[in-house]
Amino acid sequence: MNHTVKFNLNGSPVEVQVKSNEKLLDVLRDKLGVTSPKFGCGVGECGACTVLIDGLSVRSCITFAVEVEGKNVVSLEGLQADGPTKIQKAFIKNNAFQCGFCAPGFVMSATELIEKNPSPTEEEIRHALAGNLCRCTGYKNIVDAMNEVSQENKEEGR
Amino acid sequence: MENFRYLKPAAIDKALSLKKELGSKARFLLGGTDLFIQMDKGFVVPETVIDLKGIDELKGIEKKDGYVYVGARVTWTQLIESDLIRKEFPALWEASDIVASVGVRNTGTLVGNICNAVPSLEGGSPLLAYNAAVLVKSSQGEREIPAADFFTGVKKTALADDEMVTGVKIPVKNGKFGEVYVKMGRYEGEDLAQAGVAVVVDDKNNYRIALNAVAPTPVRAEKAEALLSGKKLDESLAEKAAELALESISPISDIRSSKEYRLHMCRVMVKRALMASVSRMETGKPALNTRLI
Ligand SMILES: Cc1cc2nc3c(=O)[nH]c(=O)nc-3n(C[C@H](O)[C@H](O)[C@H](O)COP(=O)(O)OP(=O)(O)OC[C@H]3O[C@@H](n4cnc5c(N)ncnc54)[C@H](O)[C@@H]3O)c2cc1C
Ligand code: FES
Ligand code: FES
Repeated sequence: MNHTVKFNLNGSPVEVQVKSNEKLLDVLRDKLGVTSPKFGCGVGECGACTVLIDGLSVRSCITFAVEVEGKNVVSLEGLQADGPTKIQKAFIKNNAFQCGFCAPGFVMSATELIEKNPSPTEEEIRHALAGNLCRCTGYKNIVDAMNEVSQENKEEGR
Repeated sequence: MENFRYLKPAAIDKALSLKKELGSKARFLLGGTDLFIQMDKGFVVPETVIDLKGIDELKGIEKKDGYVYVGARVTWTQLIESDLIRKEFPALWEASDIVASVGVRNTGTLVGNICNAVPSLEGGSPLLAYNAAVLVKSSQGEREIPAADFFTGVKKTALADDEMVTGVKIPVKNGKFGEVYVKMGRYEGEDLAQAGVAVVVDDKNNYRIALNAVAPTPVRAEKAEALLSGKKLDESLAEKAAELALESISPISDIRSSKEYRLHMCRVMVKRALMASVSRMETGKPALNTRLI
């Protein structure tokens, strides 16, 4: 079955032809040119494909593209209209990635966390990012970066 | 993956009449965190997928007439964010908070979890320990299935082909109670349970113990419950009950752990869950989510 799916992608309305069995991840990457979400495992385990749908982090590798009809989809590309975000800057400063493959997913998950809880504890950070896998960093620098964001937000009274 | 017909009805009746017409050729879709993967791997090849996320009646958590109703569309994240669940059903809260990862919990649902009915399912033990009921509708009418009768085997439930689960109904407890859900997994973020234990106790010394991932379906440890019934818990009683709980389970060895390890750990987990439930009832501690293993 074919569908015309209309949704908001990174703030702009888009319209795309898809079949029922097409994955959101493939449609974003191959049909809409949004390549920050990555194909890591394809079964929901690694978080490399994470995007926000109506503000919640979702695994686009196990989401049908037809499911986003009428929704707001945000990928990393949509966060940095005004340059890197506070989270991205903290990632850069702390060397929170090496190959970088996991980074877009981490930043999306971290963005959702900080929206809900601007100054999380380290335990809360680890719990929230537990579903994002990184094969390079050993996670320490990622957690350091997030601790820094949390501390900054606390100082700013968020 | 094969192409399929995707339908998103806005009313339950429409979804039910479609299911009656199409039977096993159609599948309901909630979060899709199980169904998508099964379709992607070709394990299930539905001709039609009926997305239930357009049906407002299936939303929401509501307390009414001595029960809490959880609609089919309620996600793990919504359960975790519900003060009602946190206060009244801490074992379900703890189980929800340890399912997969935020990204899976944001779309995955309790109802999808029980309909999928794999032995490791996190939702099963709490519902059994609560004596919850599964709410079922078809175009012919509706019925309630006690959680203990809902699971009939590995990936098998008591649902007929034309039936839909609309939600679950959990009795609200009167008086003081304490509860715990403990999961043994290898790491946080994606791992299915190697074993899981839910315990609910009340101040009249009623004990309910349920386990998942250690039998084809989630099970109640009835012999252990009978031993404990009416008695005040102490460490040696908890140990005896934990030993007896092993008679209710039949774990297998698989990729996640051996049968022997599961048996060993169930004894440890049942004992600690019992002690922690009573302690929570009496002192409010250990806090939710404290690691017991
Ligand atoms: C990476 C990853 C990690 C996971 N970790 C865990 C874990 O730690 N613990 C755990 O328990 N689970 C885990 N799961 C499994 C899964 O997330 C849960 O089982 C989830 O709750 C299923 O809900 P859903 O809404 O996604 O269901 P769906 O996939 O939408 O549906 C599941 C099944 O139920 C049927 N169905 C759906 N709605 C209805 C209805 N209303 N009536 C009748 N049938 C229906 C569907 O046709 C399908 O067969 C994990 C999954 C992934 C991908
Ligand atoms: S690619 Fe989606 S979770 Fe791994
Ligand atoms: S930086 Fe390489 S996977 Fe994380």
